[in-house]
Amino acid sequence: MIITCPYCGPRDSSEFVYREEGGRIRPDQASTDQAAWNAYVYDRVNTAGEHDEIWQHSGGCRAHLRIVRNTVTHRIVSVAFARDHGRPHERRKAETPA
Amino acid sequence: MREYSAYTLLKNALAGNRDWKPAWRKPDPKASYDVVIIGGGGHGLSTAYYLAKEHGITNVAVLEKGYLGSGNVGRNTTAVRSNYLLPENHRFYEHSMDLWENLSHDLNYNVMFSQRGCLNLAHTPGQLDEYVRRGNALRHSGIDSELMTVEQIKRLVPALDVSASARFPVIGGVMQWSAGTARHDAVAWGYARGADRRGVDVIENCEVTGFLRDGDRVTGVTTTRGEIRAKKVAIAVAGSTGRVMKLVGIDEMPIESQVLQAFVSESLKPILDTVLTFGMGHFYVGQSDKGGLIYGGALDGYNSYAQRGSLPLVEEVHSEMLALFPGLASVRVLRSWGGLCDMSMDGSPIITTGPLPGMYLNCGWCYGGFKATPASGWCFAWTIAKDEPHPLNAPFTLDRFHRGAIIDDKGQGATPNLH
Ligand SMILES: Cc1cc2nc3c(=O)[nH]c(=O)nc-3n(C[C@H](O)[C@H](O)[C@H](O)COP(=O)(O)OP(=O)(O)OC[C@H]3O[C@@H](n4cnc5c(N)ncnc54)[C@H](O)[C@@H]3O)c2cc1C
Ligand SMILES: [Zn+2]
Repeated sequence: MIITCPYCGPRDSSEFVYREEGGRIRPDQASTDQAAWNAYVYDRVNTAGEHDEIWQHSGGCRAHLRIVRNTVTHRIVSVAFARDHGRPHERRKAETPA
Repeated sequence: MREYSAYTLLKNALAGNRDWKPAWRKPDPKASYDVVIIGGGGHGLSTAYYLAKEHGITNVAVLEKGYLGSGNVGRNTTAVRSNYLLPENHRFYEHSMDLWENLSHDLNYNVMFSQRGCLNLAHTPGQLDEYVRRGNALRHSGIDSELMTVEQIKRLVPALDVSASARFPVIGGVMQWSAGTARHDAVAWGYARGADRRGVDVIENCEVTGFLRDGDRVTGVTTTRGEIRAKKVAIAVAGSTGRVMKLVGIDEMPIESQVLQAFVSESLKPILDTVLTFGMGHFYVGQSDKGGLIYGGALDGYNSYAQRGSLPLVEEVHSEMLALFPGLASVRVLRSWGGLCDMSMDGSPIITTGPLPGMYLNCGWCYGGFKATPASGWCFAWTIAKDEPHPLNAPFTLDRFHRGAIIDDKGQGATPNLH
């Protein structure tokens, strides 16, 4: 598997580590909603097909990347900096209509 | 009389082996069953066997999308052990050991269970301390565990590099002598045959594509071979759990599917009569009766539903093997393959009623479910028959994650690629 890092270009997957699913929703630090915290820590979408995920280019520029990858064919669909998606709880606020 | 015995072997040999019956029938699915089990791996088949044998429930079908043994039951490296840390795991895996010890007789099928031991090597004092702790926990539960010195290890595994100049010098190890190996596909075939002989329909090439529902209640399945109704639907699909649960509308589970690879070398003369694990990385190795070294290492490390692995892991596993056994450098690799592991968030399995009425769930085996095959089927059959868990599997619920009652043997937290 070759991952094209936006900084470093095409690199072997062994330079990267898989961190977590990209769509996980971290509750606000002040939240006392136990169910939301449990879901954040333990529940996974685990898609067979195009999967939204966070990787780190730990053997390169060390940037965190948001990657869409097909878990059946291992084809990489897109790679972007994770920071462009905001921190997880900000992401939730942006994506969840009030 | 038992179908397989020295007498029938001799008789059939003299008669040209024409009179053997197929080990199981190839029935077409009926319109309905008392119990439908999805997944014809080790766990689905052993569940069917114990439903029939222990609970007299024989109107049962096992639905397998491919052929028997096409999943992990035919892809694993066959290590059987019970040397865990936590008491829930001790009780469950020791029950499995008890069943393994009599399995060939029980099934009248030789599963080649061989208690050749499993030795974990230690390379740092901290690691040795951790082994002492685990060994003591095991002995408290009545499970054998023995600390070994480098001299004892050298005598047991002469091919191992235990010199001080090794890349990661060995300083000791912990042995479970009652651990060992079994022939994996014989386990699948033996359970399939035992279930079939008791009236269970084992149906191959039958993929479940959806669930029949009456409100919340699951009332059957749709398959590539038609609709099948059932009073109870049990799921035992290991690495495909995420996919199958989505068919019933459950989109999130405490599971990630990841690939584990395994390798077999060309046949060698006997050099290793135990199962050995490396302590400075993920590597373990045993030798089959045919002489091939059977070995593997870590997960590929990311979600995958492809039953094949990546090349960086191939390199890593072999470099670990050579760190332990420099003398194997010129041995050729015969084959490698990958299997889908249902990695749970605490590294422990799930055997439970639900999560919907009419449904039963068995999953979360990570890369260690082969050793569990007898106890998993035994406990799952109990749970299905009685609509409640046996005390042995009562801790292994699905809601333990949300109740804070996780069973995290390695203390890794909710990071499946580290279990
Ligand atoms: C490389 C490797 C090495 C391993 N080594 C060990 C080891 O040394 N010791 C150990 O204890 N464990 C080991 N394991 C783990 C062990 O093999 C598994 O945990 C165990 O086999 C899983 O249970 P099973 O046998 O029921 O799974 P499987 O054999 O995978 O059975 C699940 C079945 O469900 C079927 N299925 C899936 N979806 C559907 C559907 N929609 N409809 C119908 N059928 C479906 C699949 O085709 C499959 O046959 C290893 C695993 C791997 C991959
Ligand atoms: Zn980079």
